[in-house]
Amino acid sequence: MKVTSYAQGSAEGFSFTPENLEIANKFVARYPEGRQASAVIALLDLAQRQSDGWLPGAAIEYVANFLEIAPMRAFEVASFYTMFNLKPVGKHFIQVCRTTPCWLRGSDGLSEACKKKLGVKFGEVTEDGLFSVIEVECLGACANAPMVQINDDYYEDLTPERMAEMIDDLRAGRELPVGSQIGRLTSSPEGGPQTLQDLPPFDGKAVKMAPEPGSAEVAPSGEEG
Amino acid sequence: MPKLTIDDREIEVPSGLTVLQACELAGVEIPRFCYHERLSVAGNCRMCLVEMERAPKPIASCAMPVGEGMVIKTDTPTVHKARKGVMEFLLINHPLDCPICDQGGECDLQDQAMAFGFDRGRYAENKRAVKEKFMGPLIKTIMTRCIQCTRCVRFSTEIAGVEEIGLVNRGEHAEITTLEKAVDSELSGNLVDVCPVGALTSKPYAFTARPWELRKTNSVDVMDAVGSNIRVDTRGREVMRVQPRLHEDINEEWISDKTRHACDGLGRQRIDQPYVRRDGKLVPASWEEAFGAIASKMDGLAGEKMAAIAGDLCDAESMFALKQMMNGLGSENLDCRQDGAKLDASTRAAYIFNSSIAGIEAADAVLLVGTNPRWEAPLINARLRKRFLASGLKIGMIGPQVDLTYQVEYLGAGGETLKDVAEGRSSFSDILKNAERPMIIVGMGALARTDGGAVLALARKLADEFGMVSDDWNGFNVLHTAASRVGGLDLGFLPGEGGRDLESILDGAGKGEIELVYLLGADEIGMNNLGKAFVVYQGHHGDAGAHRADVVLPGAAYTEKNATYVNTEGRVQLGRLAGFPPGDAREDWTIIRALSAQVGEGLPYDNLGQLRQKLIEAHAVFAAIDQVQPGSWTDFGAAGDLEAAPFASPVANFYMTDPISRASDTMAKCTEAFVLGKQEGATGTDG
Repeated sequence: MKVTSYAQGSAEGFSFTPENLEIANKFVARYPEGRQASAVIALLDLAQRQSDGWLPGAAIEYVANFLEIAPMRAFEVASFYTMFNLKPVGKHFIQVCRTTPCWLRGSDGLSEACKKKLGVKFGEVTEDGLFSVIEVECLGACANAPMVQINDDYYEDLTPERMAEMIDDLRAGRELPVGSQIGRLTSSPEGGPQTLQDLPPFDGKAVKMAPEPGSAEVAPSGEEG
Repeated sequence: MPKLTIDDREIEVPSGLTVLQACELAGVEIPRFCYHERLSVAGNCRMCLVEMERAPKPIASCAMPVGEGMVIKTDTPTVHKARKGVMEFLLINHPLDCPICDQGGECDLQDQAMAFGFDRGRYAENKRAVKEKFMGPLIKTIMTRCIQCTRCVRFSTEIAGVEEIGLVNRGEHAEITTLEKAVDSELSGNLVDVCPVGALTSKPYAFTARPWELRKTNSVDVMDAVGSNIRVDTRGREVMRVQPRLHEDINEEWISDKTRHACDGLGRQRIDQPYVRRDGKLVPASWEEAFGAIASKMDGLAGEKMAAIAGDLCDAESMFALKQMMNGLGSENLDCRQDGAKLDASTRAAYIFNSSIAGIEAADAVLLVGTNPRWEAPLINARLRKRFLASGLKIGMIGPQVDLTYQVEYLGAGGETLKDVAEGRSSFSDILKNAERPMIIVGMGALARTDGGAVLALARKLADEFGMVSDDWNGFNVLHTAASRVGGLDLGFLPGEGGRDLESILDGAGKGEIELVYLLGADEIGMNNLGKAFVVYQGHHGDAGAHRADVVLPGAAYTEKNATYVNTEGRVQLGRLAGFPPGDAREDWTIIRALSAQVGEGLPYDNLGQLRQKLIEAHAVFAAIDQVQPGSWTDFGAAGDLEAAPFASPVANFYMTDPISRASDTMAKCTEAFVLGKQEGATGTDG
């Protein structure tokens, strides 16, 4: 039997920092006069970023008052969207994708690795406050399954071993390479291109638009946004 | 007017209706849970599915506007299958606890499961359980029963104007909650009525009765001057609960919490036999002894040394009988304005809510003077809010600064501001001037003062100058707080030729010029001012009046008599006997009739029919039941200067305004939760 109830936030005061206040006003200005309430999601996100990755009750009420809507309306939004955390999370908030593609590619192993390495259950924060881990549904990086999201970045093509290493690196304060952990570019095939290899690379000759000799080469495309 | 076909029958309906409403007009009943005709459309329960030609799948009829040439089928295998499926889904997480559910017997889900459900469940998994929520002293929650129709969310947001209930989380985890706050609305009891299942039930009524055990009596409410239509549910002679009854022109289908929940006060502090004061103590007596005590006091007493004051809950018949008896005894010292309001009874237009309550929905600017409608008449406040939401009604306020659940331009506190508006010096003057149907609502906070007559005259002048009175519109409104007041004024329960008014009666009693005061349910006068006068109290509750009295005569409360009341609009309505008065108590007019014979002024009627006949002969307005008789627009009010003191609302605590609500346990709990709780924090309605 499942018992669900709404978690109350803390009662500490909350207000936007001056920088965030400026950003918040920009968000509000995007909407027509009298429709400020539309900025509620953007402002809740801003508040969540300011208060260590989660939304205390005071922050939700602050946002509601900021937009002149009833606190309950902001609570409804904050509780509806799963990316708003209503309970404290770790500094490194690990979300393990467990939807079918990732699961078939071994997401269970990643979850186990996280839990074992950190000694916490899903939803719990480690004692040092550095980590918390939850399972989430599809994060949309199925071609690079299995994957996790840590704070705002994706880490793909993982193995349980790599997951444990990453946790060690984060704990030691080392920077992690974002994206595929086996070196492939976005979701291109592992080990480089496997099709169309017999064609010469497109250089424009066929359509007579070759670049002038000496002009700058086109920069290779970077990491996907 | 689009024409559509519903179940092979053509029907023409007004445009803008939904398919569900069109089906109702065609006489086809569509099952529904989330749809409610007075709330916005949510379309989330899916129970109202019907088939529409050329639509690929069944449509939710509550959310589909009618269109020309639509072909709707409500009785096809597809529709039946769809409804069965929806019902089965709804019942997945709904507990099968009807035998212990207070909604049992009047539950939409129960009824519709009988009509559209399977006879067995196919769901073998665990049902979800949801924690109970706290919603205050009036609403009990069993949230596992909730089907997430969100009617309560929409009611509190739209009608009550308190956005405190919400649907949080999503999907299987969705829950209705208030974040553990009591629902701070005077209309919160209606949440129980809008809930189609047993998730929100009445806390005071919990586990007390089943609907089929109750005898239902249609009556009217006396807790305020609105005259809400109610249904009194009794078991034996005990009032178990009070429910609203539909009256589009008064209360629609809502009632205030006091109307609904003060009924437990009818069983406490009751006077069930006569009392006579002997050696400073009230001792039980028989009717003969009580009448004898009064008769011996009256014997030889000059008429001008007697006075009568009628209270807030009196019916017209008893006031009429008392007036006739007192006049017969030679006394002209009568007053039904126990709050001392300077109401002018010279014309009916001077003391009724002329525009009518439903008329608020035609107004485009309102000036509130010395009133807090949220506490004095919650249903009039709900109308004002309805109009505000529909059309952006402009509302100016002079008087107490309170949260009325809609946007109000606060102009000032007292007579000075009223003068400014009347003389065009206020920003609101232009709004009134440019309005097509402006309206002024004058409350007792502005009239129950020594300068009340002058305020009334100024308000009248203002109404004239700003074009509030025309052939088809009269925007001059007086908002009363007492159910008996308009009736009393209509039948002239007022000082006669050379008679004393309330102030003068109290003054005379203090000085010994008045030796006998007859209090007909009057509890809110300063009892200390009565001096050494011999006080007869006739009423139903042991309240202030009975404590002071020398003779107490047990009367009947509003649920215990067939009686006439006139609401603030001047609408004459009949209250009906739902249960007999306790013990030796009697219907009030019969007490006066019996006493009149004892004191040698026998009244000329022996039954209610004859009394009403006499009443109608003397005052024709009482003949037109459920109708509003307008008065002629003549001069009224009194000359004089306005005082500087601010207008204060006469209602200091919505939950306790009369002997019944003061005796009610439920109202005491509400007072604690909503009035006292706030004073400590010094926040809330005091601005």
